[in-house]
Amino acid sequence: MSIGHTLLGLLESGPRHGYDLKRTFDEKFGHDRPLHYGQVYSTMSRLLKNGLVEVDGIEAGGGPERKRYAITEAGVTDVARWLATPETPEPYLQSTLYTKVVLALLTHRDAADLLDGQRSEHLRHMRALTERKRDGDLADQLICDHALFHLEADLRWLELTAARLDKLRQVVAP
Amino acid sequence: MTTAPPPGSLLTAENLRKAYGPTLALDGADFSIHPGEVVAVMGPSGSGKSTLLHCLAGIVPPDSGTIMYDGQELSAMNDARRSALRRSEFGFVFQFGQLVPELTCVENVALPLRLNGRPRKEAERAALGWMERLEVDDLAKKRPGEVSGGQGQRVAVARSLVTDPRVLFADEPTGALDSLNGERVMELFTDAARSANAAVVLVTHEARVAAYSDREIVVRDGKSRDMERVV
Ligand SMILES: Nc1ncnc2c1ncn2[C@@H]1O[C@H](COP(=O)(O)OP(=O)(O)O)[C@@H](O)[C@H]1O
Ligand SMILES: [Mg+2]
Repeated sequence: MSIGHTLLGLLESGPRHGYDLKRTFDEKFGHDRPLHYGQVYSTMSRLLKNGLVEVDGIEAGGGPERKRYAITEAGVTDVARWLATPETPEPYLQSTLYTKVVLALLTHRDAADLLDGQRSEHLRHMRALTERKRDGDLADQLICDHALFHLEADLRWLELTAARLDKLRQVVAP
Repeated sequence: MTTAPPPGSLLTAENLRKAYGPTLALDGADFSIHPGEVVAVMGPSGSGKSTLLHCLAGIVPPDSGTIMYDGQELSAMNDARRSALRRSEFGFVFQFGQLVPELTCVENVALPLRLNGRPRKEAERAALGWMERLEVDDLAKKRPGEVSGGQGQRVAVARSLVTDPRVLFADEPTGALDSLNGERVMELFTDAARSANAAVVLVTHEARVAAYSDREIVVRDGKSRDMERVV
């Protein structure tokens, strides 16, 4: 995720101090991974240098978290461009799971076992996410659903591979 | 293989076999569930999930193997005793087509109690209580044809719970619903089952539905694999 664009986007609704930016980011997007202050300052100084934000005021007491930042015209344009540009989907072409399945077949280990164990592990994660979703607000639900749908896609691949294991064995380890 | 059922289990099956003509639907399937537990039965289409559920619920007798329910051998009971047990101890939710179209929703939910001989007023009062839990009490006077798929499924869940069953059998209960409606049904269903301390045998091929369970077993080519006992 682009932290620069996200912080810039947060500034569009009005100027904020460094500490306020961090707090809002953590609250809205940082569930599992809160920002370090260092990330906020390095990002803001880059945005300053590129003319996307300006310093709008400095609170007494000094320290970079006391600086108040405001977005510039160029900053607004940059946010708009970022939002309008579709993200390139993850390619998902380097699968550790695929490698493990092939290696299991090559070494005459039980690949079906491996797939079953992986399914179990995926489901364990999906249960935890489902639980969090049940107790959470709408933001939690959306974040968890995103993860759940991806894990589900993995599981569908696991099922399909399990069903094709005999064929794959013939190809890989005849 | 004959081993004692896992301690504390409510319903246990061992080495079930069931053939339909040349098709071996179950080929040595094992299963066990504890009171209040939600167990997902997963596996590809045609692997024998529904057949396993039908055997466990005493709807279809297995060709061989044993099924123990609460200390009694279900697989050795005659038809009459099996149906009596089913009516008093088990509840059912299927994918669709289970509500009687001529009856109102509350009459549908009350039906299992009426069949057990409970007076109408009393049965419908209990039915309404369950419909409230499933958030469909406002549909009491409607007929199944007048409610949406998700609502109908919640009515069906209320009906499965109305007799205070100890085991609920659900075969692809969200199979005909979109994901939002399906999730709401699963949420209300598992909440209600947990608070009633009913065990749930949940057949599904969908991982997101199975994620509402406590653990899963996997059926493949008529053989089941209890992931908890394996891992
Ligand atoms: N009543 C039946 N008559 C004939 N074959 C059946 C019947 N029920 C199930 N089968 C067969 O048994 C196998 C397992 O079916 P089923 O238990 O319905 O699988 P699942 O629920 O996993 O899709 C399939 O090959 C199916 O065609
Ligand atoms: Mg089925």
